[in-house]
Amino acid sequence: MTEMIEVRDLTRRFGSILAVDHISFSVTRGEVLGFLGPNGAGKSTTMKMITGFLAPTDGTAVVCGADIVADSIGAKRRIGYLPEGAPAYPDMSPRSFLRFIAEIRGFAGDEARRRIDLAVARTALVSVMEQPIETLSKGFKRRVGLAQALLHDPDVLILDEPTDGLDPNQKHEVRTLIKALAPEKVIVISTHLLEEVEAVCTRAIIIAAGRLLADATPVELAARSRLHNAVRVNLADGHDEAETALRRLPGVVAVERVVDLEGGALLVLPRGGRPIVGEVTDLVRTAGWAVRGLSVERGRLDEVFRTITA
Amino acid sequence: MHATWVIFRRELASYFTTPLAYVFIVIFLVMAGALAFFVGNFFDRGQADLLPFFNFHPWLYLVLIPALTMRLWAEERKSGTIELFLTLPVSIGAAVVGKFLAAWAFTAIALALTFPFWITVNILGSPDNGVILASYIGSLLMAGAFLAIGAALSALTKNQVIAFVITAAACFVLTVSGSSIVLGFLTPWAPTGLINLVASFSFLTHFNAIMRGVIEAPDAVFFVSVIALFLYVNAAIVELKKTN
Repeated sequence: MTEMIEVRDLTRRFGSILAVDHISFSVTRGEVLGFLGPNGAGKSTTMKMITGFLAPTDGTAVVCGADIVADSIGAKRRIGYLPEGAPAYPDMSPRSFLRFIAEIRGFAGDEARRRIDLAVARTALVSVMEQPIETLSKGFKRRVGLAQALLHDPDVLILDEPTDGLDPNQKHEVRTLIKALAPEKVIVISTHLLEEVEAVCTRAIIIAAGRLLADATPVELAARSRLHNAVRVNLADGHDEAETALRRLPGVVAVERVVDLEGGALLVLPRGGRPIVGEVTDLVRTAGWAVRGLSVERGRLDEVFRTITA
Repeated sequence: MHATWVIFRRELASYFTTPLAYVFIVIFLVMAGALAFFVGNFFDRGQADLLPFFNFHPWLYLVLIPALTMRLWAEERKSGTIELFLTLPVSIGAAVVGKFLAAWAFTAIALALTFPFWITVNILGSPDNGVILASYIGSLLMAGAFLAIGAALSALTKNQVIAFVITAAACFVLTVSGSSIVLGFLTPWAPTGLINLVASFSFLTHFNAIMRGVIEAPDAVFFVSVIALFLYVNAAIVELKKTN
């Protein structure tokens, strides 16, 4: 059985608001699934239902064979969950907090100590183990939450905005950790950082207004961008002349002027997303323009995200 | 069972990691003493018993127990830890009972620390220690009932002040439901059966019966039933909040 999370028609209503509207998907071992969507799209609500904090209005999910409605405790045993904001008891130290989590998950004595040590090493918490959690920085708090989620070495990790509020180094560490854990687990992360999706996710789901709008790999999603395979040409001068010439190429649908940090450049957009770099370079060579830079765009996730969710 | 025990230990320890435990115990002891000595005329009565001490327990609990229970669930909801807590592999029943027992054990500690009163009366005279023991047990049972009510009401809100106020109000009504304050309001229109039913819910009546020195089954059963009922209500509220 490779499908470790199977979400079936999951629906949640808050009064008259339909927060999650019949979402279905399944995730298999080794996948890192990124949950994308604008704020209030239903990402957290979906996670809260899968982890058993909220009861679904309709539909269900099966986690490692345990139905979240019929066997809620069985499902919770298989899940490591980092809730949004990484809540932890503020007056406890990471050590006593992790011991509490270990005990409640049924580990005692040496086994508990070994698991705590491993989780602490993985999240680099050693230096703050005895301080009250309320005195820790946001980054450390987040790591305490991660250590708590990893403690029982769960098959399924559900992380709600795992890198929110971390500095770039800490983000990098957490992403490295996620990638290291990925092969033997199912990991679902929610984020609105698109760079994160490109960095760690093997698959991305976009939800907006409670509905699943896209389910593909980050590369496939980026390929939906109108910028996919576009060519950026930066010339020393003569942009006007070049713009007219480029526009006449058969594969080109439009040419746009862009202004960036390096000055002006031309963005040559392909017809139907087909590669045009060959045509463009041929033209550049025959025309003899002085080229300062030339690059092919892979497409931008943020642009696709905006198109899908707008 | 195991989960209840783990939650119980964490909750009980949490009272002592904050100043709450110390503030509560000191205030409880000072107020219990002040009420017994100055209002209850502990010495002037010239009797070797602890009646003036126990007499004020319902009123003391009325103020202090809501302060103890208001945080039980409301604080978890406010700080978001409830999401962590309720996604651990623990049944809601175990969570409710663990939290309640920790609060009850804490109250028992505070109550046990009143032992100097017991020593004092034993030095000054020869009291009926059986009556005193019964009163302690009665007081603890009554505290348990207050705590169960407070815990259940705390699960209704994420605002601790609201939890405090509604718990104090509910406990007040139950405490005095045998007195003219409540019965006088009912007598003009309510049928006798209802009046007797309301009167039978009076904490004061049941506690006073125990303070006379006999723990009779109906009085003990009354408090235990209130505890059981409100623990059930507590679990139902927590469960309901998952769907609403």
